[in-house]
Amino acid sequence: MGEITSEIVQAHQLTPEEYEKILSILGREPTYTELGIFSVMWSEHCSYKSSRLHLKKLPTTGKHVLQGPGENAGVIDIGDGYAIAFKIESHNHPSFIEPFQGAATGVGGILRDIFTMGARPIAVMDSLRFGPLDDPQAGARNKRILEGVVSGIAHYGNCFGVPTVGGECVFEPGYNGNPLVNVFALGVFKKDEIFLARACGLGNPVIYVGAKTGRDGIHGASMASAEFTEESQQKRPNVQVGDPFLEKLLLEACLEAMRTGAIVGIQDMGAAGLTCSTCEMGSRGGTGIEIELDLVPQRETGMTPYEIMLSESQERMLLVAEKGREQEVFRVFRKWGLDAVTVGRVTNDGMMRVKHHGQIVAEIPSRALADDAPLYDRPHTQPRRTAPLDGPEFQSASLERDLEALLASGDICSKRWIWEQYDYMVRTNTVQGPGGDAAVIRIKETGTSVAMALDGNGRYCALSPRQGARLAVAECCRNLSTVGALPVAATNCLNFGNPERPEIMAQLVEAIEGMGEACRFFETPITGGNVSLYNETLGEAIDPTPVVGVVGLLPTGPPLTIDFKRAGRAVILLGGFGRCNSRRFGSTQYAKVVLKQVWGLPPELDMDYEKRVQAAMREIAAAGLAESAHDLSDGGLAVAAAECSFGPAGVGARLDLDADMRPEYLLFHEGPSRILLSTAQPDQVQTIAARHGVEAPRIGDTIEEGLVIRSRGRVHVDLNVERLKRLWSDALEKALRT
Amino acid sequence: MRFGVVVFPGSNCDHDAWYAVEKNLGQTAEFIWHDSAELGNVDAVILPGGFSYGDYLRCGAIAKFSRVMQAVKKFASEGGLVLGICNGFQILVESGLLPGALIRNRGLKFICRPVELRTETTNSPFTCEAQKGAILTIPIAHGEGCYYADERTLDELEAEDRVVFRYVDNPNGSLRDIAGILNRERNVLGLMPHPERASDPLMGSTDGLVLFRSMVSSMAVK
Repeated sequence: MGEITSEIVQAHQLTPEEYEKILSILGREPTYTELGIFSVMWSEHCSYKSSRLHLKKLPTTGKHVLQGPGENAGVIDIGDGYAIAFKIESHNHPSFIEPFQGAATGVGGILRDIFTMGARPIAVMDSLRFGPLDDPQAGARNKRILEGVVSGIAHYGNCFGVPTVGGECVFEPGYNGNPLVNVFALGVFKKDEIFLARACGLGNPVIYVGAKTGRDGIHGASMASAEFTEESQQKRPNVQVGDPFLEKLLLEACLEAMRTGAIVGIQDMGAAGLTCSTCEMGSRGGTGIEIELDLVPQRETGMTPYEIMLSESQERMLLVAEKGREQEVFRVFRKWGLDAVTVGRVTNDGMMRVKHHGQIVAEIPSRALADDAPLYDRPHTQPRRTAPLDGPEFQSASLERDLEALLASGDICSKRWIWEQYDYMVRTNTVQGPGGDAAVIRIKETGTSVAMALDGNGRYCALSPRQGARLAVAECCRNLSTVGALPVAATNCLNFGNPERPEIMAQLVEAIEGMGEACRFFETPITGGNVSLYNETLGEAIDPTPVVGVVGLLPTGPPLTIDFKRAGRAVILLGGFGRCNSRRFGSTQYAKVVLKQVWGLPPELDMDYEKRVQAAMREIAAAGLAESAHDLSDGGLAVAAAECSFGPAGVGARLDLDADMRPEYLLFHEGPSRILLSTAQPDQVQTIAARHGVEAPRIGDTIEEGLVIRSRGRVHVDLNVERLKRLWSDALEKALRT
Repeated sequence: MRFGVVVFPGSNCDHDAWYAVEKNLGQTAEFIWHDSAELGNVDAVILPGGFSYGDYLRCGAIAKFSRVMQAVKKFASEGGLVLGICNGFQILVESGLLPGALIRNRGLKFICRPVELRTETTNSPFTCEAQKGAILTIPIAHGEGCYYADERTLDELEAEDRVVFRYVDNPNGSLRDIAGILNRERNVLGLMPHPERASDPLMGSTDGLVLFRSMVSSMAVK
């Protein structure tokens, strides 16, 4: 290979300054293979060079946290000797280029992150963003992407045998050219059986297991670190192809091999493949690794060192075993019909040394490569904002038609069409699956359960990244509290545009700070996650979309679900009617769907009050006082009341709202810190609420049939529940068919 | 009673079946690896759900060549009870232990949801403890569960009272709403719904337990 020219450096998305840094680390010019290695390790995707400085502002420790950021997944203690590992990751860029495989391999990647730690994956959730299905230009493509992404997730998760138990799906024009696919996974294991991605023990063998290496996915990490341009569609070969069956075998084989006690460290090969796993394991272990590429199982002939090192072929793992116990490991992998070969050994010189046909083709200090990546304090100004602060004068023509429009809108309508394609019950732990405020999975080993939810709100964050991020954390914790779980830890996926633009960088900084404030306040430290930048197509950035996943703990028991169970029960609005004004109303679904414009600010959040509402809710749930509970979010009180009426019992409600607020606000504002519940013991519920200093007006009763909402003598809504439910449940399928 | 749960590479409901038998039913269950030539000392065999060998070809098409299936065939021919759930049903059909085929769902999508099944016969070791006509709520989770067979086979299944369960509201296009069938000797049952997922009150239904209980009581009679 010839000399490294500035064109070659630029083609690797390295700046001249970064190239200078490479020269000083090596003390010489890099080989072509080395340049490739640096380019992927120092890509935004792998190095977090734009975000690292600000990610330090997030709280990462807490009394449940056993492992914070820096490993393949965060780990928390759930008691009784058990722990859970969980993380969320994005697969946005591949999913736009090839929706089915992009989403499928997104699931595959996060599952490997979980079982690399030694945990068996027991739940998956997805946070999805698409352009509107009825978009005049992009509608047809958006439908195709949605269908592809959903079947990709289903294909991988169903075959692997992990239940997909929840998530969220939102449609905004900002995602027309850049859909988001964020996948969360959670696994369970004994807390003294955590495996780390560390290469230790001089002379220990480095073993490659799983799929053979092919030319797929080369430079995937770099692709995920650039904006979409006209040429991006040419990058289809960069997207990997997933094999969930192979991953299932890899899971069983890895867990079984770990039980032999012969494994010292293990890391999956995800982004940046063999490059990332070798240098990170060496760096974390304070050792070096030497590998011979001739020994790497290859799917194709004539692969160059560059290609082998940068391949992102799926379903591969690298592990370090105890010297002399290789056969124990090989025996397990043979049983599962998988390749397992020694490709190198652990050294003590701190170098990542790669040989090909016996010749050294790369020799780089692991630590410098993994940990001394460029770190940028990118300039940030005011967050980009296009919406006006003040909105139009308006007057609803019919609150009933408004409610119907909201229930049939993309963000609010039932997502049954999506989640019925996911096996959400396999492993028989799903106490509460999709469609609830939070998913609840029982842990058979401990007799307790884990609740989890994902939340993000790009519309709020576009108006104020800081407030939007805080609201996302608050809502996620509220989702958990509504099913009776105590939120204990979180993971985040930060989806933003190009950080080299100061107004985008400002969105990122503000969102991280807002998320940090809220996570600190709600005592849900961030134990890991992922940053996805350059989510732009042809210069158009997505709405800033920080997504948070929170996990909580609760005793195992029958779930507290959202639907009204029996007529004649009191309906209580825990947290009260909340507050709203014309600016705060501009961020609501009502503004978006009915008025077709967005302005102003996100709803106002009082974190202290929010925390008290959640504490009251958990106490009410623990005492078994609530028959149903549903948190208020998109669409406000009227939408929540309708959703509570859509249960199998068909029970509706008659509500009489005694509040001083214009009816549009009263019914549809999205002020947080509110939960709608039904109960046979309203007095006891109100007593608990009062003790927490929380309003809890009784706003009506459940009734056999119909949804009636009045205030101050005026009837705003009087509708048939069955018909409303059909509108809500059929809307997505209808939108896909038209 | 001792149940054997076969584990193919790619089985993913093996543990669920084991758990239902051991923990919800209170009987004994053990796993049988796919390349075992012997089933060991078991009274009944469960072929669990999943994606045996990845099912990249027709579902169950590879599994029928596995060593354990030779043993299962022999076990069935000697009158042993064999219950095939979901992928297990597909394997039984591919192996020729049950007639017909399971093809892509009518809507071409994977479907996961609880469905209602009508118990069509109690003249079987899998439903002898159930009530004829009883409606059971048991989940399905499959992409290829549309039961297909020629008219003559379907007529024969009906004439011989071998249709054990029918969907009340057909989710996948199965001919004559068939959800589960018996072999002629009535000791092999294949069904698409997952009784092991409806065996624990926490999972929302315990209607599936009646199948396992029936197997236990019919073994006791033997």
